[in-house]
Amino acid sequence: MDQQKQPFNPLLAVLAALAALFFVFPLIGLITGAPWGHVTDIITSKSALDALKLSIIASLSSTVIALLFGFPLAWLLARGNFRGKGLLRGLTTLPMVLPPVVGGIALLLAYGRRGIIGEPLDKATGISLPFTLAGVIVAESFVAMPFFVLTVESGLRSMNRRLEDAARSLGAGRLMVFRRVTLPLIWPSLAAGTVLTWARALGEFGATITFAGNLPGKTQTMPLAVYISQSSGKMEEAIALSLVLVVVSLVVMIFRRRIAGSD
Amino acid sequence: MLDADIQLRLSRLNLDIAFTVEAGEVVALLGPNGSGKSTTLRALVGLLPLAGGRIVLDGTVLDDPAQHVKIPPEKRPIGLMFQDYLLFPHLSTLENVAFGLRAKGTDKKAARDKASQTLARLGLEGLAEAKPGSMSGGQQQRVAMARALVTDPRLLLLDEPLAALDVSTKTDVRRLLREVLRQSNAANVLVTHDLLDAVALGDRMIVIQDGEVVQTGTPAEVTARPRSSYVADLVGVNLLRGTAHGTILDIDGGGKLTCAEPATGPVLAVIAPAAVSVSRQRPEGSGENTWPGQISAVDLMGDRVRVRTEGTPAITAEVPPAAVDQLKLDDGGELWACVSPAAITVYPP
Repeated sequence: MDQQKQPFNPLLAVLAALAALFFVFPLIGLITGAPWGHVTDIITSKSALDALKLSIIASLSSTVIALLFGFPLAWLLARGNFRGKGLLRGLTTLPMVLPPVVGGIALLLAYGRRGIIGEPLDKATGISLPFTLAGVIVAESFVAMPFFVLTVESGLRSMNRRLEDAARSLGAGRLMVFRRVTLPLIWPSLAAGTVLTWARALGEFGATITFAGNLPGKTQTMPLAVYISQSSGKMEEAIALSLVLVVVSLVVMIFRRRIAGSD
Repeated sequence: MLDADIQLRLSRLNLDIAFTVEAGEVVALLGPNGSGKSTTLRALVGLLPLAGGRIVLDGTVLDDPAQHVKIPPEKRPIGLMFQDYLLFPHLSTLENVAFGLRAKGTDKKAARDKASQTLARLGLEGLAEAKPGSMSGGQQQRVAMARALVTDPRLLLLDEPLAALDVSTKTDVRRLLREVLRQSNAANVLVTHDLLDAVALGDRMIVIQDGEVVQTGTPAEVTARPRSSYVADLVGVNLLRGTAHGTILDIDGGGKLTCAEPATGPVLAVIAPAAVSVSRQRPEGSGENTWPGQISAVDLMGDRVRVRTEGTPAITAEVPPAAVDQLKLDDGGELWACVSPAAITVYPP
């Protein structure tokens, strides 16, 4: 595609530069403020490694849950034809705009020990979600899955469905149509949705601390550890842990651009 | 051989058509937009359920709603070429063509070999690894053709195969398509709204309008004796309906003409515009088939000019461009038309 050359506009350039600097300075702050002398000691301490491990396990688990359950939901919203579809879409995307701490309260009322689902679940099986790793995963899924559903739904909507007709007319059964046509065509939105969801889960704070608590080694994820360090006066620790999250996020962003191939 | 009786209801169309296509035959389905041509193809492929009727291909029932028979699209031995090709954008040319073979269980090596052969047959040897998005319209068209042909379908359906091409590539691709269809021993159905495609490629024509068959026959028969104003307009002739009493024709809507061959009862009459002569004054001495009318349109058609007069009956005449100036046709007004009785072809409706 030929791109028209934009004439230079000084006002535009200045505003854009300000916006870019706005994003750059906090990063510079993190890097210059880091206690480089003992960063390795901090991030290899047991509590930091525990938090990182928990963060990675929980965020990957929520991503898998999003793939497993979010994909069918996205499919239904994109292709289903039923009453109340708009309402369903609204409900599933509500956690995107809801303050996460409100989500945490709502989760407690639903799946907490006294919750409408949690109480019967506890009585029947002895399983209780709050203050467990499973609880962290539930909180992160609640907040992050909508990103996956929405991205994949729009991918499914924008693909040319007649290509599936073409595949069927060529003798492909439903599974082959899905595997060889639908999936490759929605691959960019699938990849984008997965990364967005994972990133959102990794950064989750409000719903997690409200629903799953802050038990080091059990439910204390990286963002919680950062917050606790900072609020208990250990700024150096908070900065070091933050840097770890920055690095992980950057790696994932680069990886996403590789696989999705999009700009 | 295809034996189809297709009945279905869509919001804007009631389709009810029956036709047969022999193996090796090419039937051109001709009709205006929205007449049900593409719908017919979708029904044959199995992408649209029938409300009634039956589709039988080589003795196998593909669709019979009364008996609750409906073979799914992927199980039908049918090749369909879509109007907009619908090539898979994420697959190479070779993978696009091999797709149908792989779907039908051919192993990878054999599928690629056969796909390569088919590509070569259509002159696409060098493009096996190219993606559809990087190819010209004519090349995409040929890949789509290869993809539909490669599985040796028993029924080959071509939906407006040349419509998306520009004029310069159309002629070449039409020649290639004719070659391919001549070698095919499938039942071939070609959907088009272009008379030239239908005449050049079809052994037989089926004209459909508003979901119904209005005429069938060889291209020569259909173009010589159109039964609908749609076909008459495509061919570019005057079609009149009327009642014959010997050599006198009573035209529906008014007017009388004398023809050379006697007939009786309701008839259709065709008059070529070139056989209609025009003058500003009533022609001297000729009483027969001479009548006045107001000029309603003057159009340039190639190097000829067509002038329409709204007399009884209304008629279109073809005159040389010089006549526009000589007869001051652009001024409108009254014009006399004159047709020789021998120039009127009369046939039963």
